Amino acid sequence: MKPLIRIGAGSAWWGDRVEPARLNAERGDLDYLCFETMAEATISAAQVRSRRDPSFPGYDTYLDDRMRAVLPACLKRGTKIVTNQGWINPRGAAERIVHWLRECGAPRGMKVAAVDGSLITDRVLELTDRILENGKPTSTLRDTLVSAEVYQGAEPIVDALKQGAHIVVSGRVADPSIFMAPMMYEFGWDALDHMKLGAGNGIGHLMECGAQVTGGYFADPGFKDVPDPWNFAFPIAEVSPDGSAVLTKVAGTGGAVNLQTVKEQMLYEVHDPANYLTPDVVVDFTTARLEQIGPDRVRVTNLSGKPRTPTLKVSIGCTEGYIGEDMFFYAGPGALRRAQLAKRILEERFKIVQLDAEEVRIDYLGLNAIHGAMTPADAPEPYEIAVRVAARTRTREEAIKVGREVDGMAVSGIGMTGKRVPHQDRTREIIGVWSSLVPREKIVPSLSFYEV
Amino acid sequence: MKVMLQHVAHARSGDKGNTSNICVIAYSEALYPYLRDQLTAERFKAHYAGVVKGPVQRYEVDGLWALNFVAQDALGGGVSRSLCLDNYGKSLSARVLAFELEIPDRLAGELRGPRN
Repeated sequence: MKPLIRIGAGSAWWGDRVEPARLNAERGDLDYLCFETMAEATISAAQVRSRRDPSFPGYDTYLDDRMRAVLPACLKRGTKIVTNQGWINPRGAAERIVHWLRECGAPRGMKVAAVDGSLITDRVLELTDRILENGKPTSTLRDTLVSAEVYQGAEPIVDALKQGAHIVVSGRVADPSIFMAPMMYEFGWDALDHMKLGAGNGIGHLMECGAQVTGGYFADPGFKDVPDPWNFAFPIAEVSPDGSAVLTKVAGTGGAVNLQTVKEQMLYEVHDPANYLTPDVVVDFTTARLEQIGPDRVRVTNLSGKPRTPTLKVSIGCTEGYIGEDMFFYAGPGALRRAQLAKRILEERFKIVQLDAEEVRIDYLGLNAIHGAMTPADAPEPYEIAVRVAARTRTREEAIKVGREVDGMAVSGIGMTGKRVPHQDRTREIIGVWSSLVPREKIVPSLSFYEV
Repeated sequence: MKVMLQHVAHARSGDKGNTSNICVIAYSEALYPYLRDQLTAERFKAHYAGVVKGPVQRYEVDGLWALNFVAQDALGGGVSRSLCLDNYGKSLSARVLAFELEIPDRLAGELRGPRN
């Protein structure tokens, strides 16, 4: 058994920067490089796109960019890769990765594994009972259902590594599990060893958001300053067989790894910190001990866990109508009074054109568009204001009315209105995401292997 | 003395569906008890009135000097349905920085950031 493994993050979401992944591959001295590329609605959005666009391959649209950036260095160092870039087509992604491996001169016989089994759209209404958010039967989603996927754990990835995969590409897998799978494989952790898995999944949780633990989503000038915030690195975890780890990053980069960045990330998107549910284990963050042991080096020990639950979470995407959205601008003395009249005009126009909306929101961006009703009554009037309007509707035809009424503000509006030329579609389809639970034993992952 | 929370603690918000969690972490161990005693779930909810529409649950993580607030019905129906420009509620954590706390004068040296 290795006394220590080095795991680096390659991405924290689909749109993440590619250069820090290359940097980790080239200078991180990594045993594993792990990519997380999905948000809650990613799978459903991919399903919608693939129905409309037959040329969409169904995996991460940045797969080529990411693989070209990291494969040369990963092959040189022998760094293995675990990634959820497969989205709705892990096997297609695996074949594409084999293509790039060949381009980079990988040795014949090198294996890429695809993990399937997460997509249960066809069976979801039989396998699930209630919607977690509102308690209604999942069968009420029958007519609007786009896609359903189970959050799988680390086990199928571990199996793929055991069968010799150098790169493992999956569909939906719980984010921390992507990072924990190498620990389970290298250290021989049992899938039911909840203390080890609690620690491993906790480390995975700290890694899954990439730069959010190395200084990203953190800086606040004068309060929380971060060096060179234009040059963040993605994190590296030096993990020991007992599940303790040191979090760090490539030297000479911007950002920081300190107690504050680690604490903020530890609780990010967590509800009960003593019971963080994942497919592999229930993580307890409350026992954790953190220690700054050097510049940009934080030791994390004593994370713990509790036995996993008998169910897995299912994410169910449904079409739920449309949002129409646009904005226009005022500046100088009286910007707010003109914006207020513009709001009134829109409200009256929406009555005249009989806009059929579930909700309409008209904000003054610069004053109350972000914090809404929490904006203090005595907030100072800004010099510039955008009037931003959005409506949620059942049909696209209704959503289009929002932009069309904003068009009218050009020559039929009020004085000194700044307007954009309508250069893009100002409507978008809503894919609502609901959750449910499925018995663990009903989900059987499958592995496919591809060779260079 | 009365100070804004931003001098006492830092915060980060995250989203899951229509629920926002906002963690609030004291800058020092000495400041943490004042944060824990004064920033209750009820006061937190009142401070977010108009945006947080559901119940607020508070979790304490004493070892991290941290409070984690879980606010339901806080994201306009959920990330994909929300009409708010900041549909993930990433900037919601900034609101708690304006909460006012009473801190003993002897802890002035523990406070962060410029004060007027």
